[in-house]
Amino acid sequence: MADYKLELKGVCKSFPGVKALDGVQLAVRPGTVHALMGENGAGKSTLMKCLFGIYKMDEGEIYIDGEKTDILNPDDAMKKGIAMVHQELQPVLARSVGENLYLGRFPTHNYGPLKVIDHKKMYAETERWLKELEMDFDPKAPLGSLSIGQMQSVEIAKAVSHDAKVIIFDEPTSSLSDKEVEALFRIMNMLRDRGVAMIYISHKMDEIKRIADDITVMRDGTYVGTWPAAEMSTDQIIAKMVGRELTNVYPERESNIGEVVLEVNDLSSIHEKSFQDISFTLRKGEILGFGGLVGAQRTELMEGIFGIRHIAKGEIKVHGKPVNIKKSKDAMNAKIGMITEDRRGNGIFGCLSIKDNVGVSVYNKYLNAGFILDHGKINKIVDDSIERLSIKTPSMQEHIQNLSGGNQQKVIISRWLANDPDILIMDEPTRGIDVGAKHEIYEIMADLAKQGKAIIMISSEMPELLGMSDRVYVMCNGHITGEITVKEDMNQEKVMSYATMFSQTAVKE
Amino acid sequence: MTKTKNQKIKDFLINNGVIIIMFILVIYTSVTSSNFFTVNNGLNILANMSYRLVIALGIAGCVITAGCDLSAGRMIGFAACIAGTLLQKADYAGKFYPDMQPLNVFLVLLIVVAITGCFGAITGFFIAHLSVPPFIATLAMMEIVYGLALIYTGATPLGGYVTEYTNIANGRFLGLSYLIWIALAVAALTWFIFNMTRHGKYMYAIGGNPQAAEVAGVPVKTTMILIYMKAAMMYGLAGFMLGAKAGGASVNLGYGYEMEAIAACTIGGVSVTGGRGKVSSALVGVAVFELLKAALQYLGVDANAQYIAIGIVIFIAISLDIRKYVAKK
Repeated sequence: MADYKLELKGVCKSFPGVKALDGVQLAVRPGTVHALMGENGAGKSTLMKCLFGIYKMDEGEIYIDGEKTDILNPDDAMKKGIAMVHQELQPVLARSVGENLYLGRFPTHNYGPLKVIDHKKMYAETERWLKELEMDFDPKAPLGSLSIGQMQSVEIAKAVSHDAKVIIFDEPTSSLSDKEVEALFRIMNMLRDRGVAMIYISHKMDEIKRIADDITVMRDGTYVGTWPAAEMSTDQIIAKMVGRELTNVYPERESNIGEVVLEVNDLSSIHEKSFQDISFTLRKGEILGFGGLVGAQRTELMEGIFGIRHIAKGEIKVHGKPVNIKKSKDAMNAKIGMITEDRRGNGIFGCLSIKDNVGVSVYNKYLNAGFILDHGKINKIVDDSIERLSIKTPSMQEHIQNLSGGNQQKVIISRWLANDPDILIMDEPTRGIDVGAKHEIYEIMADLAKQGKAIIMISSEMPELLGMSDRVYVMCNGHITGEITVKEDMNQEKVMSYATMFSQTAVKE
Repeated sequence: MTKTKNQKIKDFLINNGVIIIMFILVIYTSVTSSNFFTVNNGLNILANMSYRLVIALGIAGCVITAGCDLSAGRMIGFAACIAGTLLQKADYAGKFYPDMQPLNVFLVLLIVVAITGCFGAITGFFIAHLSVPPFIATLAMMEIVYGLALIYTGATPLGGYVTEYTNIANGRFLGLSYLIWIALAVAALTWFIFNMTRHGKYMYAIGGNPQAAEVAGVPVKTTMILIYMKAAMMYGLAGFMLGAKAGGASVNLGYGYEMEAIAACTIGGVSVTGGRGKVSSALVGVAVFELLKAALQYLGVDANAQYIAIGIVIFIAISLDIRKYVAKK
């Protein structure tokens, strides 16, 4: 028998403009939990998607039990004994546990060409699988009635019922309570005893120390190394993950920081799992970075401040005066602007012109006789924006969806600048934008700060966060876990250690 | 990226397919039946288009925000009935309110539009504040309005209108029926609202991306209520016009017109996925429908078979329309 249950060798995968994986390898022993670690964007999920047949790898080989094999699609992966418990679960919430478990392969009574689903068998089998994994919920209960943790257990039961020999866990604990994490680990230990090889992706160091046998670290789409978990300290792992030079693509700027323009006190979401007890300040002319892992609730916090998410308690002061922000309009009146993370989802109006995309935030400002749009003034504003931010477009009538990501982002920035905000929240301002355009966005941000605007920048890209920010707050699990005030103190290790302080933020059960 | 000449021609044909087919059909009909291309017939078609355009322009606002309005037809019927009961001749035998003098025509128009506007605002409230899907909310309102119309009239047909009322259809200005002038005025007003006011821009924004609209500070809820209220007021006007033209009304007047109006909008290029559509779209759609009906009639196509032709046109038009956007991805 081969030493390894599963081996990946020399995996390369490119997306247009980006080399996501470059010669990555991974070898997983049977009956072990193998942690796959790396920063956001290191390529962990891409690698797993290649293994599971969601992406087709450009180069590379897959060996199962020492035999070379190809995986064509997720269905093929399942047939070859590989299962995946997704980062974002995609269950059919309205249907029962049993139906979700047997989706796509329902047991049937066959009457010639007519196939009728054998509900009795399906639920009996489901019950057997659940019992085997010591889970005690009703196979007939609608999946939506279970907690996230229980749903995940169903996913695992599904994997086991497929007789999977390799199970991929992609950040399974990101939305679980402590108790649910314990249940997950119990099941994982059980599977380990049965010789199942598990790949475990997580950022939570304490979990890795508890459950993992081996650790493989990835960085920027490349393989860094594999070590036995017992031999690595948390600090050593972090050092391996971030060990990279900062490239100097950020504009030189002299910060001219003034008085406090925004003060947030004790702000909490209505959801217990979201941001809690957040306090911070923002000053004029400052670029304030918000670092953290994906899921740290930074976006939710900013959306809460901007009035598009509900807040349970807390106070927001702009220029020292408390403001009551219930909707985005209130935030705009308080001179706050927000560039959202999901440009396509809640940023652009794809089928509308550049003019309408910019104008939407100021149509109520430029009116003749109180109700007729002053197209002359609005055109001038849009023209000026196109000129000032050098937006590449044939005309302002062009539909925004025909522009590149970078130019779309500039249009959205123009939208908010047209409203002349004092505070600009930018959530992942360079996501999905090519390198050249990124630099232009940085220049714009530096320029705005120089003009005295206060900027909050959420960034999951460490070099960007450290390169652009005057000051950095780091969030973890809905809480601010650290503040780095001096430029000289900013380094990746420090941000990473704040970003993984899960123990300090544990939610009381 | 320059497109070859062939591609350009192909794009043009796809983008304007239905209109081209209509043109060919109209020319063919004009050549084969001598009395199709006459002033009288033209005026007749325009008069038929008038109230349908008013309905389509109302519904266009709903469709642009990715909604629809099923209550339009019943609102038209109810509006025509209210107008009818208030505008019967004093000496008409089967008078609904025997002791009442007929009211001023413009006052009645205001009353009718105010009543349907209220119903539209209620529908809009359910859609905007209680997140009821437009399809369901307007379906509910359709039932309610029909019930109210039945109770109000006792299902009796109305007639014997004062001449001031029927004159709205029969009277002419510069050779065109007042109905046509009213439709043109409504079209102009709608164009103004769509292009020159905040409300119009907000409507397109909500249709284009409701989440982004909310982030950008668009008053989404108020705008939605206004759209459905405005639409219902236009149905009220259309019902009033239709009553004048028919010289009578019953509760079933206007039934099914909402479907034709939605179809007309989409044929003209109002996208059911939201965000796209102009006043000219509704105008083109309504014209295509009315010309098609008239041409088929002159060509001697069985009246029942005309429904099939209309259905086929909808299939073709929408397939071509969707193609435009699919190809752009």
